[in-house]
Amino acid sequence: MSFKRKDLLGIRDLEVDEIEHILEMAASLKEINTRTIKKVPTLRGKTVIHLFYEPSTRTRTSFDIAAKRLSADTYSITASASSLVKGETLLDTLKNLEAMKPDIFVIRHTASGTPHRMARHTSASVINAGDGMHEHPSQALLDMMTILEHKKRLEGLNVLIVGDITHSRVARSNIWGLGKMGAKVILCGPKTLIPPEIESLGVQVCYRVEEAIADADVIMVLRLQKERQQQMLLPSLREYSIYYGINRERLGKAKQDVLIMHPGPMNRGVEISPDVADGPHSVILDQVTNGVAVRMALLYLLGQK
Amino acid sequence: MVNGEEHEGNWILRNGRVLDPERGLDKVCDVLVLGGRLVDISPHFDLPSDRLSEIKEIDAAGKWVVPAFVDMHVHLREPGEEYKETIETGTRAAVAGGYAAVACMPNTRPVNDCAAVTEFILDRARTRGSCHVCPVGAITSGLKGENLSEFGELRDSGAVAVSDDGRPVMSSMMMRRALEYAKTFGLLVISHAEDLALSAGGLMNEGPISTLLGLRGIPAAAEEIMIARDLILAETTGCRLHVAHVSTEGSVRLIREARKRGIPVTAETAPHYFTLTDDLLMTFDTVYKVNPPIRTSRDVQAIREGLADGTIDAIATDHAPHSAVEKDTEFEYAANGIIGLESALPLILALVREGILSPLDAMAKVSCNPSRILGVPFGRFRTGAAACVTIVDPDISYVLDADSFFSKSRNCPFHGHTMQGQVVMTFVDGKLAFSRI
Repeated sequence: MSFKRKDLLGIRDLEVDEIEHILEMAASLKEINTRTIKKVPTLRGKTVIHLFYEPSTRTRTSFDIAAKRLSADTYSITASASSLVKGETLLDTLKNLEAMKPDIFVIRHTASGTPHRMARHTSASVINAGDGMHEHPSQALLDMMTILEHKKRLEGLNVLIVGDITHSRVARSNIWGLGKMGAKVILCGPKTLIPPEIESLGVQVCYRVEEAIADADVIMVLRLQKERQQQMLLPSLREYSIYYGINRERLGKAKQDVLIMHPGPMNRGVEISPDVADGPHSVILDQVTNGVAVRMALLYLLGQK
Repeated sequence: MVNGEEHEGNWILRNGRVLDPERGLDKVCDVLVLGGRLVDISPHFDLPSDRLSEIKEIDAAGKWVVPAFVDMHVHLREPGEEYKETIETGTRAAVAGGYAAVACMPNTRPVNDCAAVTEFILDRARTRGSCHVCPVGAITSGLKGENLSEFGELRDSGAVAVSDDGRPVMSSMMMRRALEYAKTFGLLVISHAEDLALSAGGLMNEGPISTLLGLRGIPAAAEEIMIARDLILAETTGCRLHVAHVSTEGSVRLIREARKRGIPVTAETAPHYFTLTDDLLMTFDTVYKVNPPIRTSRDVQAIREGLADGTIDAIATDHAPHSAVEKDTEFEYAANGIIGLESALPLILALVREGILSPLDAMAKVSCNPSRILGVPFGRFRTGAAACVTIVDPDISYVLDADSFFSKSRNCPFHGHTMQGQVVMTFVDGKLAFSRI
């Protein structure tokens, strides 16, 4: 199949065959990253602008490496959303950059829906690199790629996502992606961190990790931000760690071949204990490696136009 | 516009379906206006031939002839935000929508919390306005929630009510004192019911759609808790309460029960709350961003039932103009608000076509009911009184074009929608203030 979209804004609006196509493409491009000379001329002459209105190291670097390995010219613009409010609007920034004829914008923003709005205002392709609490499609794709590598399938797997679901775009994109690919998604966290009526997205919710851990083929551990304490969502990180932290003891009740994933950055000792993060079930660094491959695939597919 | 020099204030509106909700009149009649005053309504007037030249005759056959509307909740943005709307443009929008009187909320810059601002608004309305403006004062100075405004002076300078619209009174004690102090001066208290702690950071209705979109939700409870509080305070103090822009099923239920128990409460809603649902936000279009937020189809249904059974007395627009600077931005940063003066009528008529309201009941919600609640003399046909009349074509079908609005702003979610029903003419105090012909 050919990929017909101008933009990659979210997983929710992707078809199953599109997801499969991206994942196959990523698998075939991955090999480039292991060569001595890690560069192919595929996107030579194409311009990619990274527009990051939220701090990011991993995702921005990953997109930048992906673009450069495909020989695209890349430029990074980082700003805080607050400076944007004071000065030039994001739309004006986009229009000015567009006048310089880029081919692809990679946009991250703190406000949900922003890449979608930007995509309507530019003829260049837009890749959503994370918008607010809404979607983070490249993360879900690299997560699916990592699971596929280890489990050879997505269909029928039980994937347990533990932590702050409310504020997580990673969780939302994975809920869509894994659901479309036939996996069963179970969410676990204190009710203060589970958004209202999330069951309407086709997932199950449980409040006790112990109940869900035994059946899980994959456990995705989400980052818990320290600010959640001030927002009346949690009494303390300590109690969170006691009841929801993934540690060796809890993992003792899990399947032998369970995969431990984390989108990063990790709070070691809070949502995940160091021995689990670095232990034999952890595929956390595989996720990072696959991130480059998935982003190469996205840039390649959108850059063909 | 019709040039009415030689027959200034002398009109006969022939053969219209005259609807006067206050007295339950629904009949094809002529309406005679002489010297700007309503002379009479009668099945047929024979005019003496010698006076014919002085009287402009208008054929209203097939049209509704109704008391010009009263909008008890608008934002005219003047003083302070004249780039969004002015008293001049806002009242022009009002008469184009069939309104002869609008009550403007106090969240201007400066806030209307004193006689000087109220007098300024009334003065502007007299010199530049197209219709009556009824200022609503602030409950607390600067809407800060710290000190009561001077209700006595506000009333004596022309304020018709006090409200906390836009910046809710969070202190229950302050709200109690406001109800009591307002009663001293016979002023109505209009409550913008919102628990700011529960709605903090909220961008849309809390529910499956907010969860899906990753937009922080405003739960129905944020509105309902404050309505419950204010109803209890109204009961405790025996003071009258009016609830602004009711948007949830639970709010309708609370008000319905309170009325049954004899608590002196009235309520209004706005057309978007009985027309739109929160799934429209799936495109992140900021035109749908409003506070209280657009809710679910269940809430829409409950609002309609509340209108039908009289729990909700009035339909206001909560006309809230914003420029593209506030609206054409990231969803999170966009201002809340929808304009309504020039789109309300066809949405209200839709309720009539769907059998939810009779024509008389529908007109009552925008005429005698809000005027009774506010204690103003508009929204009814009174012999001898200055004639405020609106002629409505209930059947005409057209595509709504917000670019043709008299309002300065364009934040109308119904732009491009096919509508049925339109205001043809609006008379304010016997003068033709708006005509589409």
